[in-house]
Amino acid sequence: MEPTNIKDPEYFHKVVDCQYACPAHTPVPHYIRLIAAERYSEAYMVNWESNVFPGVLGRTCDRPCEPACRRVRVEEKPVAICRLKRVAADNKGDVKQYMPQGPFAPNGKKIALIGAGPAALTVARDLAPLGYELHIYDELPKGGGMMRSQIPSFRLPMEVLDEEVNFILDLGIHQHFNTYVSSMREVLSKDYDAIFVGTGAPRGRALTDLPGYEEVKANVHVGIDWLSSVAFEHTEKIGRRVLVLGGGNTAMDCCRTSRRLGGEEVKVVVRSPFAEMKASPWEIEDAQREGIPFYNNHVPKAFVAENGKLCGMTFTKVEPVVDENGKRKMVPTGEPDVFFEADDVLVAIGQENSFPWIERDLGLDFDRWDLPVLDPVTHQSTLPNVFFGGDAAFGPKNVITAVAHGHQAAVSIDIFCTGKNLHKDRPDPMTNLVSQKMGIHEWSYHSQVTDDHRFAVPHADNALALKDRKLEVELGFDPATGFKEAQRCLNCDIQTVFSESLCIECDACVDICPTDCITFTVNGEEEDLRTRLSAPANNLTQDLYVSDVLKTGRVMLKDENVCLHCGLCAERCPTAAWDMKKYLYSVTKAGHQCFSEL
Amino acid sequence: MSFIRPVFRHPESPKNDLGYTRQYYEGALSTLCAGCGHDSISGAIIQACFELNIEPHRVAKLSGIGCSSKTPAYYLGNSHGFNSVHGRMPSVTTGASLANRKLLYLGVSGDGDTASIGMGQFVHVIRRNLNMVYIVMNNGCYGLTKGQDSATADFGSINKSGSANLFQNIDLVGLALELGATFVGRSFSGDKGHLVPMIKAAMAHNGFAFIDVISPCVTFNNNVGSTKSYDYVRAHMEATSAIDLVPEKEEITTSYAEGSTKLIEMHDHSMIELHKLAEGWDPTDQHSAVQKLQESRNKGEILTGLIYVDTESKDLHDLIETVPQPLNTLTEQDLCPGSGTLERINGEFR
Repeated sequence: MEPTNIKDPEYFHKVVDCQYACPAHTPVPHYIRLIAAERYSEAYMVNWESNVFPGVLGRTCDRPCEPACRRVRVEEKPVAICRLKRVAADNKGDVKQYMPQGPFAPNGKKIALIGAGPAALTVARDLAPLGYELHIYDELPKGGGMMRSQIPSFRLPMEVLDEEVNFILDLGIHQHFNTYVSSMREVLSKDYDAIFVGTGAPRGRALTDLPGYEEVKANVHVGIDWLSSVAFEHTEKIGRRVLVLGGGNTAMDCCRTSRRLGGEEVKVVVRSPFAEMKASPWEIEDAQREGIPFYNNHVPKAFVAENGKLCGMTFTKVEPVVDENGKRKMVPTGEPDVFFEADDVLVAIGQENSFPWIERDLGLDFDRWDLPVLDPVTHQSTLPNVFFGGDAAFGPKNVITAVAHGHQAAVSIDIFCTGKNLHKDRPDPMTNLVSQKMGIHEWSYHSQVTDDHRFAVPHADNALALKDRKLEVELGFDPATGFKEAQRCLNCDIQTVFSESLCIECDACVDICPTDCITFTVNGEEEDLRTRLSAPANNLTQDLYVSDVLKTGRVMLKDENVCLHCGLCAERCPTAAWDMKKYLYSVTKAGHQCFSEL
Repeated sequence: MSFIRPVFRHPESPKNDLGYTRQYYEGALSTLCAGCGHDSISGAIIQACFELNIEPHRVAKLSGIGCSSKTPAYYLGNSHGFNSVHGRMPSVTTGASLANRKLLYLGVSGDGDTASIGMGQFVHVIRRNLNMVYIVMNNGCYGLTKGQDSATADFGSINKSGSANLFQNIDLVGLALELGATFVGRSFSGDKGHLVPMIKAAMAHNGFAFIDVISPCVTFNNNVGSTKSYDYVRAHMEATSAIDLVPEKEEITTSYAEGSTKLIEMHDHSMIELHKLAEGWDPTDQHSAVQKLQESRNKGEILTGLIYVDTESKDLHDLIETVPQPLNTLTEQDLCPGSGTLERINGEFR
């Protein structure tokens, strides 16, 4: 193998599994250490710079970082990264003083942001300090988009959302709420230098073609619309018996909200088997904790009316069968249909994009799924001054992805407005690699690996929670538990960096490494090398770190897979050929780095 | 500084025939200097015991005093151990072996512990052919007292303060051969590929198995001009052969050019496989070994590998004809068969 190019910003980035898995690439271990040091405001700002909504995401993030956490490769459960983020948000001090302070010197460019969800707000935050005049439009009375309309208050208190949305709006954003943008042609005709579209995936799928629908449609609601109308207090009640159709996170929010609005017998009915439900495991757990039963492998068949009013639904029972092509299908079991009584039905079986307000003759192309044709890196549409982000760009994902899109779109808009090339002139990510050595065998980070198991988050009492739609259920870690959970982090951003010229090949690192990561051997092809290491290197998603040829003709090989970043190799190295260096990777941001946590 | 090793290990760590991973053979975290050769030897001992499927409770590890003699704390944490008096490890091992011949005795010592204060004990334990593995962690200096030249420091070797050694060195390998040791080898802590099979072969030997392991002292004797530095040893090693120990039940599968390989059957029917054998060289012939050692010494090379082995060796217990049963398990009934037996014996002499 060729010696590893550690100057490639992505090499060490990939070693920080959580950060690499995060769409916004938030420097997770960096802020976790700040939390352990009780520097909550700084931890919050590290998050704020990267993911814009730490308080929101600390409660509601889809957490792609957690399954990626290295800890799951050496023990059972990942670090509770999401809940630690919330510890930072809950305990922060006055953070506004660390944020860019307006008014900003105008640069003469004017941008329209259609939709005021996480993507558009991110664009606003990134561009405001650069002097852009930003106009944000939304049909709802307040900013936040789906974070406000679809995430119930018992998961995300309104104050938390308001605070973080206002941090952005206070940067001097021109707000046009309660304003439905009905024509892209009209927006284009105004004097905006660029337009960002972050209108989400606003259309919930319905079951209008199911038999009996017309007669009972007054009591059949589309999940996301119903949640929105609850959030804005247009809906305050639901029937005693509720059926929720669907197995995603929206279904979980619907069933739990129903329990709080008078639904006593709430059932979740899902087409797929339990193991394949799309909802996050912790949201399923929370629903189950509230006594909501799940009926899997049930396909809706018909609405049933009695005296012109909904009285229930029938379902066909199915089971998964693998056919001869290895494809899995849901096949009816032949058992009699199942009937569930219901006063109301909430349909949460997916949502899709919808752009009725964009005229199709503007030169803005749509693909066959009716999604805009975009450059995947720059988010630019076929109209050069129109950019997309969030669910509106590539279909429904999640908040953190929307934020990541917002950053990239902001970079593109900034480059576009300065007349440069969106690809060639795109700035590189900021990286920094600094030794953490404080003395002989002393590091600036807590290198000892704790063997604590993941700590559980406390919950509000069920009886109280079910009475009050706005009472937050998850209570978050207290600072003491937060500290202990933070100590579980393996500090994967403290990199083991090897210098060939210093190595005397004494084997001390090989002997001490608790997880047998290091081998000195004769070089070869990767496939062959992976079989010749101190321990099997079967995780092909993890790189081998290869040195140049050493004095004895061998090379140093390190399997990054289960490295605990304990620093023992560097401590046992007599010549400091191994050093522990902190790697900070910050995603490309618009303009100059006018605010940085360093 | 870390004094706690993380509890996590590689989830796919290989297991040996007993179902143990290498972790079961580890000891406490070393407190020796970073990069000490002795730590590599500890690592090699762990690896050898793991590969030989040795049950840790069947091993007794013994040592004297010195950096080297601290190491038993750092390997085989589940074995018996005795950290004895300076230079007196052989006596303690002899006593232990007489009491219980069923254990595997693994003694480690340093160049001071063996070639200075313990020299008298060393020569006598060789003479008695005690069934043990005797490893000298040889760094040519007194590391624990800040690096003075030891008795094994080569003549002219320059120490860290810059002065050359005025005195002739004691070559422990030559001495062991001279005294009739039945297994003599030399290895280097910086070459585990060589050291691990050497330790395994020594463990398979019946009788006194001596391995002189050059183990650089990174703190006091790894400077330019030292003949026990990593660089010097690597540049001057002359291997008699590459070595492999094949357990009895396994078939030998590797094949080498005619005349370059030699198989030696050990007491326990495992086979030592020597390949890339030096020309005109027979490790089972003591005369050839002495000659080869002298030749390489004249050339300024450090001869490594299995230098001599006597597979017909009779150990101390064979020589004094003790019973097969460990003496410490003999009961009063075994030892005092009663007056009837005494009378019968006396009767034979009437």
